[in-house]
Amino acid sequence: MFVYSSISHYQSQLTQGHTTCVEAVEHYLRQIAATRHLNAYVAVYEAEALARAKELDTLRKEGKTTGRLHGVVIGVKDVISHEGHPLTAASGILQGFEAIYSATAIKKLLDEEAIIIGSLNCDEFAMGSTNEHTVYGPVLNADDESRVPGGSSGGSAVAVQAGLCMVSLGSDTGGSVRQPADFCGIVGFKPGYGRISRYGLIAYASSFDQIGIFSTNIPDTALLLEIMAGPDVADSTASRQQPDAYSKELDTPKTPYRIAYFPEALDHPSLDPEIRDAIYKRLESLKNEGHHVQPVNFDLMDYIVPSYYVLTTAEASSNLSRYDGVRYGHRTEKPVTDLVDFYKKTRSEGFGKEVKRRIMLGTFVLSAGYYDAYFTRAQKVRKLLTTKIELIFNDFDFIILPTAPTTAFRRGEKTEDPIAMYLADIYTVMANLAGIPAISLPLFRHNNGMRFGLQAMASRQNELSLLRFSHELLTNREN
Amino acid sequence: MEVNDALVDKLAHLARLSFDGQEKEGIKQDLQKMITFVEKLNELDLENVEPLIHMSPEVNVLRNDEIRGSVSREEALKNAPETDGEFFLVPKVIKR
Repeated sequence: MFVYSSISHYQSQLTQGHTTCVEAVEHYLRQIAATRHLNAYVAVYEAEALARAKELDTLRKEGKTTGRLHGVVIGVKDVISHEGHPLTAASGILQGFEAIYSATAIKKLLDEEAIIIGSLNCDEFAMGSTNEHTVYGPVLNADDESRVPGGSSGGSAVAVQAGLCMVSLGSDTGGSVRQPADFCGIVGFKPGYGRISRYGLIAYASSFDQIGIFSTNIPDTALLLEIMAGPDVADSTASRQQPDAYSKELDTPKTPYRIAYFPEALDHPSLDPEIRDAIYKRLESLKNEGHHVQPVNFDLMDYIVPSYYVLTTAEASSNLSRYDGVRYGHRTEKPVTDLVDFYKKTRSEGFGKEVKRRIMLGTFVLSAGYYDAYFTRAQKVRKLLTTKIELIFNDFDFIILPTAPTTAFRRGEKTEDPIAMYLADIYTVMANLAGIPAISLPLFRHNNGMRFGLQAMASRQNELSLLRFSHELLTNREN
Repeated sequence: MEVNDALVDKLAHLARLSFDGQEKEGIKQDLQKMITFVEKLNELDLENVEPLIHMSPEVNVLRNDEIRGSVSREEALKNAPETDGEFFLVPKVIKR
């Protein structure tokens, strides 16, 4: 029986001949087949993954392996381009689309001998917090199948939660990696803006989007980040700062950290009291361990989500204008009167409800007469927030927050009222507005049986210290 | 800000979407809720705040002007709803 604990353990098992890549892939294919009802995968590359595993096993036996991800079985959210494979953003408008090039992140994983086993369900165009807004039907939370896995990267979270791959990729525009990780009891990491190239990631809101990583431990996260991070000629917004060797620098002598928390966030009426108490308790124990833990006033809490929705819907309405039924994707089969009618029919048939809502709001905030009052105003609030957060990081190493105000919702609970769903993003969108790295760490269990996380954020470009701190928090949990 | 049918029609046209009957009533209500929600931002004094426009700290990202590979015609047409092998085909939309 194949048992996975970490990439390094798996690879030492491979080197010592205790397991093979084929055995690993066969194990995951069996697990995927046995959990079809969770609806995590939208495509499984069975034959291809097995063939690649076989090839890697042969290479290894010949002593020719060099890849740092040799044999690592990875699932990828259905918004990241992988040449020759389906790419649909869980949308009707991209049914049948096949990627003609690979995202830079995917190329880097494959160059290190990873095995991509399939693509993962998500909310359409990464818009949603429940993974119910998808053309493939909802994803179920493996810890409690009547609950949602969170979103938008729900399939990616469940794939790691239920042991259907070793690690997975998601994308995080406002919490789409951290919130589902929180709901599913795993690690979800969003690097700072521009750390990983966005080339080949389907655009939702380009100044927010970032590829993120789901895993069960920090060394796995660090290794994947180390491999995917770095400048890219194909993405001029990717950071030109060379990334650190994250995976090699996780263990450091313990130093006291300066940790900030926001009473306005922890005492927010929307927060489940049990989550609040768990976070306060953890802050207390951090203090007892010798860290400097201090409250910081943050009076902008209630403006975060509104500014986020103005800006992301604006960017989405622009980004999604490319889906016109001319060069690729769905095209209406109904008779049309003129070009505008052709576009309208095609797009109205292809897009789902939540995507249309957001395109409409984005169109409104960008339209003549409302642009300054809504869009420019939200950009100013973003500036205010970012400046405020930068100031906090002058005095602190990390900010600690909950990841989500509640544990995983019941299916159907948040689908009808868009605002109720948007408010669930209150703690995660901050990191995307400011472009900083943030992580959700599975530290707690609620009385209702569900696991939930603690969110930590660090300053821009400080992924390394955030991962070190996270490693320490998770290792302490295990002791 | 009150959302009425005229505004919904105007936005739908700009977004190249269409909504009929019940769907239109639904999107009207959703838009009303969403717009009211984001109007929370009006409470803040932003007089002396500059809008944040670029997230990337990188400026003047340049590269040499070299010819690089692009997609081939075959690849570009691979996902076309309709093609003659050379061009994208679209329904006739010009009236004579």
